[in-house]
Amino acid sequence: MRKSKHIPSWLMVVLCLLFLYLPIVVMMIFSFNSTKSTSVFTGFSFRWYQTLFEDNDMMRAVYVSVSIAVIATFVSTVLGTLTAIGLSKTKKVMKEFILQINNLSILNPEIVTAISLMLLFSALNIQKGYMTMLLAHISFCTPFVITNVLPKVRQLDANLADAAMDLGATPFQALWKVIIPQIKPGIFAGALLAFTMSFDDFIISYFVTGNGVQNISIIVYNMSKRTNPSINALSTIVVLVILVVLILSRLLPMLNKKKEKRVQ
Amino acid sequence: MHHFKKLISPYLFVLFLFTLLPMLLIVIYAITISKNEVLTFTITFENFQRFFRDSIFISVLLQSFKLGLITTAICLFIGYPVAYAISLLKEKTQTYLILLITIPTWINLLIRTYSWVSILSSKGILNNFLAKFGIGPLNLLYTDFAVIIGMIYSCLPFMILPIHSSLTKMDQSLHEASMDLGANPMITFLKITFPLSLPGVLTGITMVFLPAISTFVIPKILGGAQYTLIGSFIETQFITIGNWNFGSAVSLILAAFILILMSLMNAADRYTNSGDRDEDETRRLKRYAKK
Repeated sequence: MRKSKHIPSWLMVVLCLLFLYLPIVVMMIFSFNSTKSTSVFTGFSFRWYQTLFEDNDMMRAVYVSVSIAVIATFVSTVLGTLTAIGLSKTKKVMKEFILQINNLSILNPEIVTAISLMLLFSALNIQKGYMTMLLAHISFCTPFVITNVLPKVRQLDANLADAAMDLGATPFQALWKVIIPQIKPGIFAGALLAFTMSFDDFIISYFVTGNGVQNISIIVYNMSKRTNPSINALSTIVVLVILVVLILSRLLPMLNKKKEKRVQ
Repeated sequence: MHHFKKLISPYLFVLFLFTLLPMLLIVIYAITISKNEVLTFTITFENFQRFFRDSIFISVLLQSFKLGLITTAICLFIGYPVAYAISLLKEKTQTYLILLITIPTWINLLIRTYSWVSILSSKGILNNFLAKFGIGPLNLLYTDFAVIIGMIYSCLPFMILPIHSSLTKMDQSLHEASMDLGANPMITFLKITFPLSLPGVLTGITMVFLPAISTFVIPKILGGAQYTLIGSFIETQFITIGNWNFGSAVSLILAAFILILMSLMNAADRYTNSGDRDEDETRRLKRYAKK
């Protein structure tokens, strides 16, 4: 009886997954289409991949997305981690104040953050472009690094750094050799989140960019009115890269565990 | 350890420059009108009055609210049974299914939404398929239907994930106890399982409703150029019309609306006694949901 009861619920899950993956599969299939159509499959070809690699605008957008994501992740991870460590030693009032503002930037609708930054850059008379996009990305990624790292810092023994310094370590050594290794999982989680957020961002980038600087999202947005299957080719590559990273991030810990077991 | 106190000073600077100052600028723009240069700074509530006076603007707000509610209701209606079904499976299967539901959220939302255009358009895949049965062509793209499908599509994982997480954190012995004491499965679900999963339901509702009312990407791509929701309205004010003052006022209204709703939700959350819910996870999901 139990089994028969489970059939409709299985069906729900399967239908839900079909719904979630339908557009992704459609996009992948039509990236190999031989004609411009994105609804009738006429034959297999790598034509759109070739177009993609020959398209300078697209290649530049890929460069902008990747380089901004890498730099923003690095800066926001360092900044966020240092802040989280510093916060654990700050007076309660100050700490609450900082965390409240931090929360505000997390909860604020993205479009409001976007226009607020746009107003800032024009008020300061900064030419909008690559640099403004990078600064905006750093500022919206950092709060998330902090919320990921802070719980790990709280779990630390408060005397750990003092002990290290009593034993002759400089503050920098205590930080680098004692504290950082203990909070590594939080730092990695924060960095991963920062990277995916920066890489996928559209709204904020769209408002703070200028001078023809476009990331992948902006180029997709500007093209969506005209059909351009090389977008499908680009998306397929992005999906495959994400899948490879995902599988690796799942596999590597497993392999390490096996190694550890063997050593034991 | 007092050495480490100084570590927050760079971020204090960043917070001031990139969070507080920009928000202050929005407020300044919202309470002035374009002729007022900063030098002849005069405060006016004209921008806010304009919004609440004009029925067009109010209808934009109501339309966003309506679509947000519909999206949230459908996501809950689909998401709860799916989350429940998953929570009944073996732990390992659950991990994989949850991963499968999370993966689409990591793929660029614009790219996924754009793909719906080729499915729903008049010569699209769905219409080609229906034509084989002699149906159609249906006019699907650039309608409420398309926008709602797009919104459900982008939000559904954020309804399933928190509900699933609260269902699996539940103490299974309560369920067994209820059955042992003679309650049938229906009663057990209504009196035990559902009330205990309420914190997850609340998180799910917040994570779907809030992004659904402020999005402007999905309505723009699937609803067409004429389709205006509050998010696209703000975009038009800034990008096309260039009335930054009015746009700022509308953004403030939206931000206030959302922050108030958020604090109400948090209060409700505390009321239902969420217990040991993983706060980081919720926050992380909230961020994803905002796109």
